[in-house]
Amino acid sequence: MVMAVTGIIMIGFVVGHVLGNLLVFRGPEKLNSYAAFLRGTGGALWLARLVLLASVIMHVVAAVQLTRLQRKARPIGYDRQEPQVSTLAARTIRWGGLLIFFFVILHILHFTTGTLHPTFNHTDVYANMISAFRVPWIAALYVVAMAALGLHLYHGMWSSVRTLGMNRASRDPLKRRAAALLAAVVWLGFTIIPVAILAGFPS
Amino acid sequence: MELRSRVPTGPLEGKWERHKFEMKLVNPANKRKYTILVVGSGLAGASAAATLSELGYNVKCYCFQDSPRRAHSIAAQGGINAAKNYQNDGDSIYRLFYDTVKGGDFRAREANVYRLAQISVTIIDQCVAQGVPFAREYGGLLSNRSFGGAQVSRTFYARGQTGQQLLLGAYQALEKEIANGGVTMYPRTEMLDLIVVDGRARGIVIRNELTGKIESHLGDAVVLGTGGYGNVFYLSTNAKGTNTTAIWRSYKRGAAFGNPCYTQIHPTCIPVSGDYQSKLTLMSESLRNDGRVWVPKKQGDKRPPHEIPEAERDYYLERKYPSFGNLAPRDISSRSAKEVCDEGRGVGETALGVYLDFADAIKRLGEASIRERYGNLFEMYQRITDEDPYKIPMRIYPAVHYTMGGLWVDYNLMSTIPGLHVIGEANFSDHGANRLGASALMQGLADGYFVLPYTIGDYIASAKLAPVTTDHPVVRSTEADVTERTKRLLAIKGKRTAASFHRELGKIMWDNCGMARNEQGLKRALKEIPALREEFWENVNVPGASAELNQSLEHAGRVADFLELGELMCLDALHRTESCGGHFREESQTPDGEALRDDEHFTYVAAWEYAGPESEPILNKERLIFENVKLSQRSYK
Amino acid sequence: MNLTLRVWRQSAPDARGSIVNYEANDISPDMSFLEMLDVVNERLTERGEIPIAFDHDCREGICGSCGVMINGAAHGPMRGTATCQLHMRSFTDGDTITVEPWRARAFPVIKDLCVDRSAFDRIIAAGGYVSANTGGARDANEILIPKENVDTAMDAAACIGCGACVAACPNASASLFTAAKITHLGLLPQGQPERYRRALRMVTRMDLESFGGCTLFGECQDACPKEISIDTIARMNRDYLKAVMIAKAEPDSTTA
Repeated sequence: MVMAVTGIIMIGFVVGHVLGNLLVFRGPEKLNSYAAFLRGTGGALWLARLVLLASVIMHVVAAVQLTRLQRKARPIGYDRQEPQVSTLAARTIRWGGLLIFFFVILHILHFTTGTLHPTFNHTDVYANMISAFRVPWIAALYVVAMAALGLHLYHGMWSSVRTLGMNRASRDPLKRRAAALLAAVVWLGFTIIPVAILAGFPS
Repeated sequence: MELRSRVPTGPLEGKWERHKFEMKLVNPANKRKYTILVVGSGLAGASAAATLSELGYNVKCYCFQDSPRRAHSIAAQGGINAAKNYQNDGDSIYRLFYDTVKGGDFRAREANVYRLAQISVTIIDQCVAQGVPFAREYGGLLSNRSFGGAQVSRTFYARGQTGQQLLLGAYQALEKEIANGGVTMYPRTEMLDLIVVDGRARGIVIRNELTGKIESHLGDAVVLGTGGYGNVFYLSTNAKGTNTTAIWRSYKRGAAFGNPCYTQIHPTCIPVSGDYQSKLTLMSESLRNDGRVWVPKKQGDKRPPHEIPEAERDYYLERKYPSFGNLAPRDISSRSAKEVCDEGRGVGETALGVYLDFADAIKRLGEASIRERYGNLFEMYQRITDEDPYKIPMRIYPAVHYTMGGLWVDYNLMSTIPGLHVIGEANFSDHGANRLGASALMQGLADGYFVLPYTIGDYIASAKLAPVTTDHPVVRSTEADVTERTKRLLAIKGKRTAASFHRELGKIMWDNCGMARNEQGLKRALKEIPALREEFWENVNVPGASAELNQSLEHAGRVADFLELGELMCLDALHRTESCGGHFREESQTPDGEALRDDEHFTYVAAWEYAGPESEPILNKERLIFENVKLSQRSYK
Repeated sequence: MNLTLRVWRQSAPDARGSIVNYEANDISPDMSFLEMLDVVNERLTERGEIPIAFDHDCREGICGSCGVMINGAAHGPMRGTATCQLHMRSFTDGDTITVEPWRARAFPVIKDLCVDRSAFDRIIAAGGYVSANTGGARDANEILIPKENVDTAMDAAACIGCGACVAACPNASASLFTAAKITHLGLLPQGQPERYRRALRMVTRMDLESFGGCTLFGECQDACPKEISIDTIARMNRDYLKAVMIAKAEPDSTTA
């Protein structure tokens, strides 16, 4: 339950984030003024950050609890167990989550505080992005992390809705078109930026 | 032994009502002081245990399965009859009563059957109130179908899983009472003997299947709802665990066994495919509503079915019984199938099978509506046989399905041992010599929900029971008998498995006491069975120990009892020289091969009384009196 | 056909178990999986060894007694099939087949392939019923139920309580079992008065029985011999959430 609610909050953030980021393709003014607008909201920004931080903490705590519950629920494992229908996304949700967790810390140090960014300029988000993603291994790290995020969302989004009992009954409940679409949009949106920049955008 | 049926006097319609008034009641505050032991948790046992607990009695309930929800009632597919007349097709309590008496070939007690028909109506109400998802029409009303030789639509059903849904209803009621503290449940527990103190049933000896511990449980009355004994034939549609032990042990403690030879052979089962076969699977009788039964006209015709032209097919049920056709009652359909196979016209590799063909129905109604009606059954068939019944006709053959015989009980469902009540398939009542389709569920629930809870109160209120404790000499000796027997089974260490004896007994029974019986065969079986039993006690190999989960030991104990019961069945079949219902004596048939009753000599219930290991059992007769129904030759032409 | 079986053998609940290999020769493809085990057991008995214990009864896929892990899949490779209905033609000559009991803390092994599933009974006892004592029911046709509702209820009511959902779930969760009963009764008018109380009590009981949590892998639905949909789990969650809210607002209404 906690998992689902906090997950959905964070999905909301991620969707906003990806849309904001895509402004990069409309040039430095648009992106930087959007960033300035966000910073200008002051209290609201911090409130959002607080809610997100709380969500992250609760999400992680719930994940740890669920994992421990699972370990306890099957103290002796099978000699052989073959997954039949569960998706890669579902099976990697914990490892993926862990990966994303560390990525987010790096990401904040990288783009929010600038600690890890050699040419960080607090007001020029656009330049920060371009200079960072021109480095191939950084771009690659982001691409990998975003793949993990996509998978995490693919299962997380679909299962959250069901955990909260908000879905409609379906003939084939294992099909998950909406979740797939959302996960694909987030993944594509986030991935296309480092890839484009690395490839030479803006030329 | 005196058999007092305790059937109330007066007009048929008012007997039960008046009897209910005349029975003594137990003061509500006193009920919890009485302990009732209910053995078996199927439709009859679970419904009785739950209802008795609701009334306030202290109930203990036992089943050999790991959960009460697994009792074999769960496997009933087709439905449950009730004289609701929702379909406005002329049904009534009297018609259901008449159909059941006639269907049973006039070998059941009128008063019992009438009460059953009366109660049928209430059962449906009760089950719906519990949340049983019976099929509905679009308007929200209950749906009905005609079933098993009835000319009215009075069968209520929940897909092909009616038994499951009714059992789960009773099971849930039972779990509710377990949670309320009124019932203590003992799963994985087998009753191995009955404790009779001063002529009254006061307890049971049980074996805990997990620990092997043998102990005695005492109470004020014992109720057996332990099902039928069809597994005496080894191959039957019954679950592997169903057995006769509880009723057989009670028989040996003095309860008369009624009509042991009345067995029902169900016409639509999947044929045997090999020696390894462990059980037979029933295909619901409802299939006969749309399927047409046929065999080739020529003997030994090995062509695949679609190559046999219409003119060379014999739709023998339609030919012989034009008005009932493929819906002829079970005993008649089964026997007809055996006849055509005996003539060498059977189909399939073993030539022990007939076709049940849906080609016409698919043509008439479309595959989609056949799929909707029977989809799950077709799937089940395909899974087992690897043949697609939408394309190739099903092959079916009769198989042992139900036993109408059982412990003799009076109108109050009490056996000849006071305090020992017997309900559901375990007793002999209501179905006579042949049970109609969708009547077993009705009887099990009638007994458990609506008859026993009244009548057992009368017994408890009237009997002045002295307290009994587990150190009573009878309790100790009964317990010692059980321990001794278990030890003996484990000590033989012979060469053959219990299963091999079981298979051999089953073959003797099927060949000589199956669909058709004759004097010669029965006498042969009466020689073979004791010999086999003797070998069993010298040469069976039961591995493992007693103080653990030991499925081999459980099975061996059951087979030992079947080896005794089989003999009694043959004896009963031999003495009844008439044919009636499921009991067909080849010596007694009409010129066109129909069962020929001998009402003058056999209008009675044969209640066999145990007379010790060395003596033949004693035959007691309860004369059946028909005041309302005129005995006639059953005709389904 | 000739097969090699790798079977979990464990002599008692607290004994150490291990996988033991057996040769199963001359097996007919028309045998059911359990009939194959029967044959193996008879041969073991004849050799003076202890046969393999496994639960089974009706052998037509409805009682829910049987159930083992076959090559890592609950009830084996066929969909919508209990172990007793699985036939050997699903395997090929020379195969090695691994047979293990259901694994879950809530389903302790009793012996070999037998496990204790009484936790399921306790979940039902916590509220999986309509409290309608015998007698006093009104006429069955006075309750109108739309066909669609009763059909969906029946889909859920088809549960046979075999435990495959728990066995297949990577979390060993009993959500599908519990949800099936909550859905069956929650969809019917007869089940309404106790709907939220039932959900609360059954879910609470389920959690107490040390099953794992549901993360919607979907394996349960695939393993279920009656193909019960995980949509039931969403329905259970919905009823449970509402029940929690009701319980907070009126503590007496759901706990009594």
